[in-house]
Amino acid sequence: MQPDSLSFIFLNAFIINNFVLAMFLGLCPFLGVSGKLKTAWNMGLAVIFVMLVSSVCSYLINLLLVRYNLEFLRLICYIAVIASAVQLVEMVMKKFSPTMFRSLGIFLPLITTNCAILGLALFQTNRSYNFTQCLAFSLGAGAGFTLALMLMAGLREKLELADVPDVALGAALSLMLAGMLSLAFMGFAGLGG
Amino acid sequence: MIKDPRAPEPLNWNTFAQGLWKENPVFVMLLGLCPVLAVTNTAMNALAMGLATTFVLVCSGVLVSLLRKVIPKQVRIASYIIIIATFVTIADYAIQAISLDLYKALGAFIQLIVVNCIILGRAEAYASKNTVTHALVNALGMGAGFTFALLCLGVVREILGSGSLFGADLFGPAFQPWAVFVLPPGGFFVLAFWLFLFSVVRKRRQKTQIIEEEVRDAA
Repeated sequence: MQPDSLSFIFLNAFIINNFVLAMFLGLCPFLGVSGKLKTAWNMGLAVIFVMLVSSVCSYLINLLLVRYNLEFLRLICYIAVIASAVQLVEMVMKKFSPTMFRSLGIFLPLITTNCAILGLALFQTNRSYNFTQCLAFSLGAGAGFTLALMLMAGLREKLELADVPDVALGAALSLMLAGMLSLAFMGFAGLGG
Repeated sequence: MIKDPRAPEPLNWNTFAQGLWKENPVFVMLLGLCPVLAVTNTAMNALAMGLATTFVLVCSGVLVSLLRKVIPKQVRIASYIIIIATFVTIADYAIQAISLDLYKALGAFIQLIVVNCIILGRAEAYASKNTVTHALVNALGMGAGFTFALLCLGVVREILGSGSLFGADLFGPAFQPWAVFVLPPGGFFVLAFWLFLFSVVRKRRQKTQIIEEEVRDAA
């Protein structure tokens, strides 16, 4: 596969360099919302949508900033774009699915400070992707985030019935699981060549 | 804990130390995990990241505290983010000027300090309600606690993963490094191990406290 082909960019963000398990981006929601499969799925969808919107917006804003030599404002602009995209998702979700809105709780506004989204915007700028590549990259990253979240939620639902020593309960156990998932995902590294 | 906001608590050792141990941002509150795992593959990177975060934490804490009567309540989060982003941009350019190697090793994670929940959390929960000196001391403590946590991970991962510490070889050529510790899974495992250790210590301390109370009651 060519390194700059669309399918490679998608696969790369999806499984080879998974945002959560290989690059450690977006760990807060990964540990916080992975209690139930259903919530994890909704969270994943919300993140995919915010990623798409903010990826497109930050691509256009970067064009503008480069044109006027204002690159040092990049970070501030990106954050503003992401905050507004999250606000948009929040309003849409509150209108069409109030139950889902309530089940995500505080984690919905916290997508703003989800490093996966700002990371996506920064990486696509650093690698100077063009417009379609940006789309493929954000879709792959969002799908990868959702995949990791769902895997974790499935594991944790099973684990509730298991008997573990009480000092290991909670975060330590979740991180151990995440480590094993991450080991498994390293197996895909060969795909990239 | 409910406090009267008009009576300022005295500035003491506790203002600084609560960030170090009792409310350690990483080990107790589990905040800001992304940089904790991502840049701790060597002790040097961990130290640099800790110092950069401390710089942003202190500067934004002081500025937020100075402006706490000026910023309207409705737009405070947005204002805090802008303040933080400004200082992160400064830190980003400063590191680029000081050491290009370090800048390349840390990559996008310097800019990602913006979305580190510790900083926004401190601005909202502490700096916006306290005087400048309090905010400064507290931010220094939190930064020290964060740097301490990063170093805990960085040192273990570098020793096991590449057999060196701050770039200096420790074991000689016979040592077979455990490469997995510098790779992503190692980060998860080492952090899980530290959390496990701290929870054992905390459990034990609670138990002795209960026993002491029982002894006192009996007496």
